[in-house]
Amino acid sequence: MDAIVSIRNMTVDFDQGHRFVRALHGISLDVGRGETVGIVGESGCGKSITWLAALGLLGKRARVGGRVMMGSKSLLDLDPNGLAGIRGGKIAMIFQDPSSSLNPVHRIGRQIGEALRLHRGLRGSAAKAEARRLLDRVGISNAAQRLNEYPHELSGGMNQRVMIAMALAGEPEVLIADEPTTALDVTIQAQILDLLRELSADNEMALVLISHDLGVVADMTERVAVMYCGRIIEQAATDALFSRPVHPYTRGLIAALPDIVGPKRRLASIPGTVPPPDRLPPGCSFAPRCARADEACTDRQPELAGVGGDSHDVSCLHAAELAATAMREAANHELEQA
Amino acid sequence: MSAAETPLLSVTNLKRHYDVRLPGGLFGTPATLKAVDGISFEIMKGKTLGLVGESGCGKSTTAKLVLGHIPVTAGEIRFDGEKVTANHNAQWRALRRRMQMIYQDPLGALDRRLSVADQIGEPIQIHAPETPKAERDERVASLMADVGLRRDMADRFPHELSGGQRQRVVIARALSLKPDLLVGDEPVSALDVSIQAQVLNLLDDLRQSTGFTALFISHDLKVVRQMSDRVAVMYLGRIVESGAPEEVFRRPQHPYTQALVSAIPTIRRSAVANRIVLKGDPPNPVNAPSGCPFHTRCPSAIAQCKSEVPALLETAGHKVACHLVNNAPAGAGIAAE
Repeated sequence: MDAIVSIRNMTVDFDQGHRFVRALHGISLDVGRGETVGIVGESGCGKSITWLAALGLLGKRARVGGRVMMGSKSLLDLDPNGLAGIRGGKIAMIFQDPSSSLNPVHRIGRQIGEALRLHRGLRGSAAKAEARRLLDRVGISNAAQRLNEYPHELSGGMNQRVMIAMALAGEPEVLIADEPTTALDVTIQAQILDLLRELSADNEMALVLISHDLGVVADMTERVAVMYCGRIIEQAATDALFSRPVHPYTRGLIAALPDIVGPKRRLASIPGTVPPPDRLPPGCSFAPRCARADEACTDRQPELAGVGGDSHDVSCLHAAELAATAMREAANHELEQA
Repeated sequence: MSAAETPLLSVTNLKRHYDVRLPGGLFGTPATLKAVDGISFEIMKGKTLGLVGESGCGKSTTAKLVLGHIPVTAGEIRFDGEKVTANHNAQWRALRRRMQMIYQDPLGALDRRLSVADQIGEPIQIHAPETPKAERDERVASLMADVGLRRDMADRFPHELSGGQRQRVVIARALSLKPDLLVGDEPVSALDVSIQAQVLNLLDDLRQSTGFTALFISHDLKVVRQMSDRVAVMYLGRIVESGAPEEVFRRPQHPYTQALVSAIPTIRRSAVANRIVLKGDPPNPVNAPSGCPFHTRCPSAIAQCKSEVPALLETAGHKVACHLVNNAPAGAGIAAE
């Protein structure tokens, strides 16, 4: 699959006044046309920063390294005008809290209209008709009336639909959804996820879903990257990742999830906490919390390398051995199911 | 449930209504918001009741009512036989020290200017000021050990701790008076997955060692199932289904519970195939629908649902408030598919 956006060795350092603190340690990630990619990890792992940096949204205190290619364009080298054309145009982004992303003092119609004017050059009645069509498209009934309402008159789920309509205004090739349903109730989350799935399939739009919720990512995506302390530590097809997780952190995350079906069991928690970015341990960042860690792990950070084909990449010194365990467990599990 | 067991907390026909004004007219139109509209439940000593539901269903209001933070509109709350009122007098304070609360946001619940040790010792200082300092310090140290905080963290301040550590401080503080009832309002919702598991395990261990009774409120069904002996599902101020978590979540009877359970994304089953996606948003509690509050979104509503409020009746081992289930001949629940 040819990549529509391709990130290579991206690093981000934040200026702390007297020194720089590295938040992202060389991320490489491709997103194919129409592909749905999930990015999971706990707070502070760099999953949002990756995309904010790629779109030049981090501000002056951040120093961004590496390359972000979209076709022949290098996004990090574009001037502000060029970047503004990409943002909201070819790449759109929606965030967790729709009511703080929308402007509270402007009507919905005006806010969608602004996106249509900037990215499609539509004005007047043409813009209004298109705005109405977009609201219809995202499942808001009574679109003509909604255009004249303010964000506070709509529910959280409705506002997220408005955000999605605005994102669609530029007919993007990539939609980056950063925790799009985290602030919403479960039944509303199901509606929004359905909508995103449908839009991505209909428009051949790539979807990058950033989430802390493994269930949402498992449900929605074809491929998943797991991040920890500013690095991708495991990357694989979604089925493979959840049925045969290899990295001890991924395995820990999955074991830590309570479940709604099956026998009740004590949760397996990962000991300790995520270290702050300016106090990373030597070697593998996960080593101090890892049951499998030995001396070699504190020596060097392992490279992200393939295990067992199928483009399943893991960054762990014990990957080969753990992959064998994962295979065995998956086989046992299948036997139990049968 | 044997006859020997006595409920520590029993709530009967609890209501909490608010007078609000809707836009319209010079000073708006008066209306009633029924945050909690006639719920009853009991929690046996040493057991945990999980209360689930979406935002605005009244689960947090229930917590505040149970603790006597706000007065009830109607109904009765009895804690260990004594009536809980919102008159903040000596009697309430005596009850309140036996009921403690854990909130969702630990940073908001802690005093930023008190060290960890002072936070945990503060309730003892307030409710048992006669306790000598040495004894208090000893109690604080043992509480810190119980919740897994290192000794050297005693002098730290909330902003120096991680989210999980802060929630441990909140839990230690809540346990400092050896409460009989612990009310947790979304106690792990602000925490990351790996930390959430740590805190849930911790609460489970503490419950086994100290034997407290708990009311556990969460929007997350998976977390509630993990923690509770019984669950109650709320929708617009009413309990629509209750019973043992295995029963309620494996064979949900009420159409709302069915949709809720099917909508949870999980990595261990492919849910997309048989997911029930409800149309629309929950109605505004100010003009809640007549009859069954869920009928506006219910895929299988009948005429009766619009006019009559269904009662919470015992069916197949758990209680359901739904005309379709309650009218159906025995053994032919609508969840048969």
